[in-house]
Formats: sequence, structure tokens, C-alpha cells
Amino acid sequence: MANLFPNALVLSAFEQLGSVGLLFFRTMKNLFRKPREHQTLLQQLEEVGVRSLPVVSLTAAFGGLVFGFQMYVGLHRYVGPGSEAYGGPIITLSLAKELIPILVGLMISGRVGSSMAAEIGTMKITEQIDALHSLGANPIRYLVVPRALAGFFMMPCLVLYGDIIGILTAYFYNVMLMGVNRVIYVQNTLTYLEIWDVATGLIKASVFGVVIAIVGCWQGMETEGGAEGSAGRRRERSSSPASPS
Amino acid sequence: MIRVIDVHKSFGQKEVLRGVNLNVERGETMVVIGQSGSGKSVLIKHLIGLLKPDSGEIYVDGVEISRLNDDALMKVTRKFGMLFQGAALFDSMTVAENVRFGLERYTHLGEDEMRKRVAESLALVGLSEAECLMPHELSGGMKKRVGLARAIAYRPEIMLYDEPSTGIDPIRADAINDLINKLKCDLGITAVVITHDMVSSYKIADRIAMLYDGKIIEVGTPEEIRDSQNAIIQQFIHGQADGPIKD
Repeated sequence: MANLFPNALVLSAFEQLGSVGLLFFRTMKNLFRKPREHQTLLQQLEEVGVRSLPVVSLTAAFGGLVFGFQMYVGLHRYVGPGSEAYGGPIITLSLAKELIPILVGLMISGRVGSSMAAEIGTMKITEQIDALHSLGANPIRYLVVPRALAGFFMMPCLVLYGDIIGILTAYFYNVMLMGVNRVIYVQNTLTYLEIWDVATGLIKASVFGVVIAIVGCWQGMETEGGAEGSAGRRRERSSSPASPS
Repeated sequence: MIRVIDVHKSFGQKEVLRGVNLNVERGETMVVIGQSGSGKSVLIKHLIGLLKPDSGEIYVDGVEISRLNDDALMKVTRKFGMLFQGAALFDSMTVAENVRFGLERYTHLGEDEMRKRVAESLALVGLSEAECLMPHELSGGMKKRVGLARAIAYRPEIMLYDEPSTGIDPIRADAINDLINKLKCDLGITAVVITHDMVSSYKIADRIAMLYDGKIIEVGTPEEIRDSQNAIIQQFIHGQADGPIKD
């Protein structure tokens, strides 16, 4: 007879989901409360945004290049020579709406999410979070809110930046390397691309940013035990649950 | 000033506190002794609201703190300063920034006054020259002293010391004990000290409480504890492997 009761793994998954949800709720509750931690917010904006520019540049450039290359080959082979100029809007739409937000999300989840988990985890096991509490700083307001805000505001900026890099590298490959007609390529792109397509990607990016920050902080806050590997394990694990977001 | 009434606390299946009762009077230094893992740190974290009891009550100046929300609790924690076992200095901040952290949140001092208070607090622990150093540049004893300066900077009414002499050499430990006594004399601070170091206990305590098996089994002056007829206390204070305490 099949086991009708959920096993421990499923229960644990729901428990963790509930715990993340609770942290999200507490973060929202503290979002507009004073005192606001401006200094920490600025640090996090720099950490999430400015310091992620190199990895986003590289990812978006390769994403644009590979997608531009495949689109060129596909159109050239299956539709016929000359049709490659019509790839512009497809490339741009796919990059802006789906590909760049996902690639950037994955990169930021690996870089920023895991670093948040490691940093907060280390603070937890060295009692620095308890020290925050004893010195009058609400740990949610001091640690989680600035990170969630930084994720919310910087992820769309990074995605927009990634869109530009990706679209330019695809243009570079198709027009400058493969000799696709520049006027038709650009004109088609401008005609068929809608601002809402880009906006959709940016909205997704904001959601990804909050999820990555909350999951990273949650992993850090859940760290237990001694210094031996706990923070490291949390660091490894933090990028994986945030990645599917 | 602090009243702990029948506090129980479990972590999973492990029952750490099984009905702790303790009174700490204003201005006294209460030392809580007990084996490693007996729940001393758990008890001290309840006093400042870092942990909430499963059952029981904790009163600080007549306010029951275990059921307060975060913001109300913050007002009570203003009365407390805490020295953590590993000092818990913020890695990313200098010594001076660590010391002014609580001042910025708990006081309305101006910039000049704040700078003066930071210097005063560091001078009190003998670390005037360390303002610009980072925590990783400090020795274990210096970290504890900076932790102490940080905790006293905003002039709390109650100090909680979690194993103040653990992890440092006996000379440094004695210097910390002197500091605890000096703070009591100079600032009139009420203190709760968690330790298993009997030398320190006798030096700083007005009263000593022994935590064993999740309960306070005896409270008394250092002399009363030294002369206690309780075999558990005698085994602990003399550090003997044989006796009623088995693990």
C-alpha cells in the first residue's frame, strides 16, 4: 500500500518554505520602519550592483554572441540567405524578455546570494547578530532589509545593462562580422520590439533580486553550530534554492 | 531588578532549562556557575530577549520581557550591555566604529560628544591607542576589552558577561575581573556573569548561583558556596572528576 503521508523530505521542504516566507514577511514589515540603515543600504547597492558589473558584462556578452550566432546560422540555413537581417527583433526580444534576466539572475544568485549567506552565517556563528540585537539594531532591519532593497533596485539596472551588452554583441556578430544588412536589422528591431518587452524583463529582475537576497539572508540566519564549514555549506546551498526563482 | 521565574527552554528533544528561578538585585554582581553545556549561555540570552522561554516569566525592572514584540523589547535592551564569549566585534568596522555602534542607536549624543565617549570607554579598558585598528589586528584579550568598551559606552544599567575569562591567559583574565569590579564601583552597574572559572567567581561575585541539570540548585555568597554541603557544588568548585556529576 502506498504511503499516503508526506515523507520527511516533503515536510522539511514545506518547513523551509514557511521559514523563508516568514523572513520575507518580517522584511516587508520592517521595510518602512525607522531607523533606516542608509549606510548599509549604500554598501549593499555597491555590492550587488557595481561589483557585479564584470560578471554581468561577461555573461551578457557571451549570451548575446551565442544567441546571435545561432540565429544567424538558423535563418541562413532554414529560411535562406538574406533572411538573417530579420533576426534582429527575435534576438532582441528573447534577450530582453527572457535570456538576460535569467542569466543575470543565475550569476547574481551565485555571486551575491552565496556571499550574503556566508557573511550573515559567519556573523551568526560568531554571535555578531546577537551583538546587533544587544546594541539596539534590529537584525532584520540592519541586515535583511538593505539587502532585499539592493536586490530589488540593482537587479533591473544590471539586467538593463546586460540587455544593452547582449544586444550590442549580437549586432556586432551579425552586422559587423557576418555582413548582415545593418539598416534592415536595426529597422526591424525598432519596429517589432515593444517597450513592454524590456519592462517585463526588468520586473522579473526585481522579483529575482528580492528572492535571491531573502534566500541568501535566510540561509545565513539559519546557520548553526561552529565555524567548521557551516557558513561554507550555507554558502554553497544558498545559490541553489534561489536559482530556480 | 531581574526576576527569572520557572523558565523552561528546550531545543528539539533536548530540555536545557527545566524551571530556572533567579533574582538579581540592583547593584549586585551575580555569578552563575555550571558545567560547559549546562545552559548558562541560554539563560543569559533569555535575560536580554535573544531567546524566548517555552514557559515561565522574566521580569526586568517589573516589565515581563518574554512576550514583548521586537520594538518594545529594544527599549528594554537599552538597559543591558553584553560582553559576548568571543567578543562578537563587527569584522568590517574599526574598534572606534564598533564602540560607537550602540551609542548611535541608543543615545542622541552629538558627533563631538560621541567621539569623546568612544575615547573615554576605550581609555577605561586601557585601549586608547586602538581606535583605528580592525578586530583581526587585536589579540583575544584586547578583543574582549573592546567588547567591554562597546557594551559600556552607552552606560547600561545591567551588564551581562558571557564567559569573560574564557580563552585568555590567567593574567589577562584577572585584568578583565578587575575591570568588572571597577565598572561596578565607578558606574554602579548591576552584573550577571556566566563562568565556570571559580577564581574569577570568587573575585567578582556578590552572590553565586549554581546551574545544574537545568535548574539553579543553590544561591549564596562566595563564602556560603565555598562552604556548601551540597556534593554537586563541592565537586564542581574543586574540579573533581569523581562525584555526583557524571558527564
